[in-house]
Amino acid sequence: MNRKKIVEFAGFFLLRVCLYIVFAVLLLFLYDIGSKGAGSISWEFLTKAPRRGMTEGGIFPAIMGTFLVTIVTALLAVPLGMFAAIYLNEYAKQTRLTRVIRLSIRNLSGVPSIVYGLFGVILFVNILNCGTSILSAGLTLGLLTLPWTITASEEALKTIPNSYREGALALGATKWQSIRTNVLPYALPGMLTGTVLGLARAAGETAPIMFTGAAFYLPFLPKSLSDQFMALPYHLYVMATQHHNISLVRPLAYGTALVLIALVLGMNMVAVIIRYRLRRKRRE
Amino acid sequence: MRELKEKIEVRNLNFYYGENQALKNINIICQANLVTAIIGPSGCGKSTFIRTLNRMNDVILGVRIEGEVLLDSKNIYLPTVDEVEIRRRIGMVFQKPNPFPKSIFDNVAYGLRINGLKSKSKIEEIVEKSLINAALWDEVKDRLKENAFTLSGGQQQRLCIARSLAVEPEVILFDEPCSAIDPIATGKIEDLIQTLKINYTVVIVTHNMQQAARVSDFTAFMMLGELIEFDNTDKIFTYPSNKLTEDYITGRFG
Repeated sequence: MNRKKIVEFAGFFLLRVCLYIVFAVLLLFLYDIGSKGAGSISWEFLTKAPRRGMTEGGIFPAIMGTFLVTIVTALLAVPLGMFAAIYLNEYAKQTRLTRVIRLSIRNLSGVPSIVYGLFGVILFVNILNCGTSILSAGLTLGLLTLPWTITASEEALKTIPNSYREGALALGATKWQSIRTNVLPYALPGMLTGTVLGLARAAGETAPIMFTGAAFYLPFLPKSLSDQFMALPYHLYVMATQHHNISLVRPLAYGTALVLIALVLGMNMVAVIIRYRLRRKRRE
Repeated sequence: MRELKEKIEVRNLNFYYGENQALKNINIICQANLVTAIIGPSGCGKSTFIRTLNRMNDVILGVRIEGEVLLDSKNIYLPTVDEVEIRRRIGMVFQKPNPFPKSIFDNVAYGLRINGLKSKSKIEEIVEKSLINAALWDEVKDRLKENAFTLSGGQQQRLCIARSLAVEPEVILFDEPCSAIDPIATGKIEDLIQTLKINYTVVIVTHNMQQAARVSDFTAFMMLGELIEFDNTDKIFTYPSNKLTEDYITGRFG
């Protein structure tokens, strides 16, 4: 073997090793949570409220709480993010101001979630008087998700060739017609995928909701948007670090972690399915 | 030669990309029902020029235009003119075939639908007529529902021509329509251009001098953003008045 071949072989070998390491860590992680959490999963665990100081019973209020708060998050982040991305990519002049805005949005997606949590307390709980509630927590998570939805949507719009836009314009379409009929339909799968991934991430966040609406323990379900709620990630945090008998509830904590991971994985699967479906539809 | 009628008149046109002047004081007249070809070396402003004729450059940011482009003696750059209507009246076929990722039928119907035509039977009628006029009907009539990407490059380009014809433009602009397709498909498109000029005014940008000589009635030779010579195609290719034109068409540079 000559030198070039050896270098190439070594390079690919190194890359493959990196992949295996990442994959192994992921598998180990899933195995740990799966094996320790599976024992706690039962019908009761999924459908009942916690009992006896959260040492028994299930996590149903936390599942519902996370579900509801994610809906509020989606209602804020999805339309706002998509429309902002459409404006930014299709209409905005590429001036220094739009570059600054775009850079700020990218940076916002790197801001620690606790900062969003504190900001949510000030804006939604205190100033806008929404109280510690599903609404406040959902809106806070919505803000956290926005940079992700905007960025993902903009990237999706960028993948649409300019010839689709110009082709439509050349036939007498208005700019909005060309975007609505000849750009958005093809960008939508990508936009939705990015958006759902952002929502999945938001659903797993603890810091933004712990001051804005998540409750330590509530045996009943929230009745309105202004009620407090239990949420899976916060419940997990409580069970793992704040409970009066942490070693006793450890299996329940693992069970909660497993449910949370399954939920996030489920949402990501939804994103994949949406994309697959829309792509297939386009191809017909 | 039949009587000439001015369809498009370009007067003292200057065009800038930011600080960069891409077109310098261009004056050209495109006669109705004839083919006007624009030739010149790469980067001479041919494409920029043809895109000023249907206000396609409006969508590019940071450009500035001076002078007038008259369509039937009316300046299309007047603030009162609707550029969307101008683009419907002046169709454009691009360098690379750009079918939309839709069925063959929907590609041709696209322009009709966005212009508000609802009647299904009318749409079907115009789609068929447009495909016939673009010399594509016989090849696609049994597969109208198939995706346009299943067509060959040359067929795709004729589909794009059919798509332009469907909205009944008065002028059709071709921006190097054959640069991405093979010689046989090119021949078909050149034949098609000859038929199209019976009903339409045609302007074609081409880097291929033989093509200009074959299809056009008038030829404009451009270089570095300037119009060097504009005359009958026969004259340009036999007795050019300008030394630069002669050098270019005899292949001394370019």
